[in-house]
Amino acid sequence: MTHTVLIVDDSKLARMAVIKILDSLHPDWARVEAANAEEALQRVRQGAADIALVDFNMPGKDGVLLAAEIRRLNLGISVAVISANHQIEVVNRAQSAGAVFLRKPLTESALGDFLNAAAQQHEARKS
Amino acid sequence: MRQTATIVLSELELDALTELANLGVSVAATSLREMAREEVMLSVPKVAVVTREEAIANLGERESRRLVAVHQDFEGAISGRAFLIFPEARSMELVRAVVGGDLSLEEITELEQEALAETGNILLNGCLGTIANNLERSLRISLPEVVHGEGTEFFSLGRIPTAGDSVLFIYINFAVRQRDIQGYIAMLLDLPSLAALKELLVAFIDRTTGTRSALPHVP
Repeated sequence: MTHTVLIVDDSKLARMAVIKILDSLHPDWARVEAANAEEALQRVRQGAADIALVDFNMPGKDGVLLAAEIRRLNLGISVAVISANHQIEVVNRAQSAGAVFLRKPLTESALGDFLNAAAQQHEARKS
Repeated sequence: MRQTATIVLSELELDALTELANLGVSVAATSLREMAREEVMLSVPKVAVVTREEAIANLGERESRRLVAVHQDFEGAISGRAFLIFPEARSMELVRAVVGGDLSLEEITELEQEALAETGNILLNGCLGTIANNLERSLRISLPEVVHGEGTEFFSLGRIPTAGDSVLFIYINFAVRQRDIQGYIAMLLDLPSLAALKELLVAFIDRTTGTRSALPHVP
């Protein structure tokens, strides 16, 4: 089963880095990009994705607030918050928002584990 | 490269530099959080090529109070100076946050310079080290120096690179809210480094994205 991954980061380079890893892990999965929280929420409202990868440190709304809002709009979306800032408070807030915290720079194995878990959850929900 | 002033970073290269600053300062903030045991809030980094006067004015606008700066020079493929800056009035509180609350005022006063230098050292090395590692270049980083004064004085201090009139200015605000400590990390890169930096950024972008950054990207 293929999925659609929403990649939210104000840095185009960071989005490209995520896409590079996605290309090697799941080349058949679709991706949509958003450069800020507003764009991301618009995509979510359109039902564009079932998995979201969200940068933490963005202008305006930060990644944890965005993750919470995405989950409020659609609990079926698996969300990961990504940051090099892995202070315990940030990690805890991400988890309270219902997201998984992944460290930046993102590794293939960390993203792979998150995506596999997300895919399994989606399968389980369907059956 | 003689005409350094004409070297311009592309949008993606500036993006990469901002992302590097973000990585660096996030690592530094995580270290500071371990020392202070309280969350350190960060802003999104700002990166700009400005004249030295503009950099000084920018700093002056942000802060009119007396400030403390810990600064360290870095040299290698790129060179410049990194600063950790905060209001002088809160410097004791930062020291208290880092060394712990059990010490008397006298002891803290005695430790102040040393603790500030060490805090700056950990933060700035964390930041510069992360940037250098990502660029796959090593930087020689000088020992920290603590200076007190007006903001405008810091950027015109003696050993700061003076080869170009313009500098690459990077700054990020940080705050330890529970202790009402606010300050920022700033980096000034001298422009003769810009040609070298541009090459390093192109290589970094290639490694990160697995594409040739010289090619146009699909938006």
